[in-house]
Amino acid sequence: MKQTVLGLVISAVIAGTAIAGPVSPQSVVYADGAVAASLSGATGDPSSGREIIITKGQGNCIACHASEALADAAWHGEVGPVLDGVGDRWSEAELRGIIANAKMMFEGTVMPSFYKTDGFIRPGDGYTGEPATQIDPILSAQQIEDVVAYLMTLKE
Amino acid sequence: MRHMIAALCAATASGLALAALAEPDDQSLAVDGVELVTEIKASDEHPLDMLYSGWRFRTDETQALQTDDFDNPAFIFVEQAVDAWDTVEGEAGKSCAECHGAVEESMKGVRAGMPKWDAEAGEVWSVENFVNRCRTERMQAEPWKWDKADMNAMAALIGLQSRGMPVDVDVSGPAEPWFKRGEEMYYTRYGQLELSCASCHEENYGNMIRADHLSQGHINGFPTYRLKNTKLNSVHGRFKGCIRDTRAHTFKPGSEEFRALELYVAWRGEGLAVETPSVRQ
Repeated sequence: MKQTVLGLVISAVIAGTAIAGPVSPQSVVYADGAVAASLSGATGDPSSGREIIITKGQGNCIACHASEALADAAWHGEVGPVLDGVGDRWSEAELRGIIANAKMMFEGTVMPSFYKTDGFIRPGDGYTGEPATQIDPILSAQQIEDVVAYLMTLKE
Repeated sequence: MRHMIAALCAATASGLALAALAEPDDQSLAVDGVELVTEIKASDEHPLDMLYSGWRFRTDETQALQTDDFDNPAFIFVEQAVDAWDTVEGEAGKSCAECHGAVEESMKGVRAGMPKWDAEAGEVWSVENFVNRCRTERMQAEPWKWDKADMNAMAALIGLQSRGMPVDVDVSGPAEPWFKRGEEMYYTRYGQLELSCASCHEENYGNMIRADHLSQGHINGFPTYRLKNTKLNSVHGRFKGCIRDTRAHTFKPGSEEFRALELYVAWRGEGLAVETPSVRQ
């Protein structure tokens, strides 16, 4: 009996691992706006996250958020709070939730939702002005993990 | 609780940033020595307290280009429209001047009240609509395309005749449903970025978004010469670009939607001086 239980547990773990690929944008579970588990199932790469944050065609986070830690990248915006110290102010799960869909935590925020694919008004095909044929999230699950990993390094 | 505190901190921080940075500069605009109103107290029903022309959010260098018509690159295009005004086109063998005489006289004040309800069309019309009615009906010529060089130049020449006059549009009566539609569009968060006009131009004017100093988004200077693309840009062309930049399926220049939005946005700038043709980044 003990062996059977153990066997079941092991099967469950294996099965769990097998299905722990990226969580689709529609099935992200938010708790008070935070997302506990990695969206990609893997850990984030902070150096990749830094690139995503400063790159216009990717996260373009600095368009709205300034950061002294990113002073080497040009043109920081002032629309959102500064990024320095976010790793102290927020937990990893909260940062993941804010990036995936900040509106879950801050109703009415102007911040775009980076891991969302539905509920849009007149979604476009990228920046062409034409109607969307398919909608991918602005960032992939792994890109969001990478951004979260970098932001967690921004401690005061 | 932690959420609440953090949210409050975030709100306070952005509030402080807004207070510190939301101000336009304190320059005053004079074109060839004639003062233009670039700031005015808004009416009681306006969502903003003070209205500021986009000119006040630009760099000193960009501002300077608008203070002297010889320096203002838009006048290359205005001069082309002066020629077009006198040019006979179409089956009827007429020019603009044949019916309207001197543009300085006949078009004075027109732009300040645009767009406006046109009873014959049963729609709110922009300057471009009226230009094309003349072209197709009176001149029997081909209509000009919206947001293209010929049309933008003529709209600039017509707009120039109202320079210095306060924007004053009629949003009552049959224009009211258009005004309401425009207002609803102004606050609609379009596209995958889910941004409305208000997200940037009401909630965040004065803040930088990347390299751009966000203005209140008034259209009193349109068509405007943009240094970015070195040509005249129409109101609807700018609307199209802004909505496109929210990763949205945008609307077409000349569409009912953009004429409704133009009416509402013109109303938001009531009292500011017409600056056409302005110079922007």
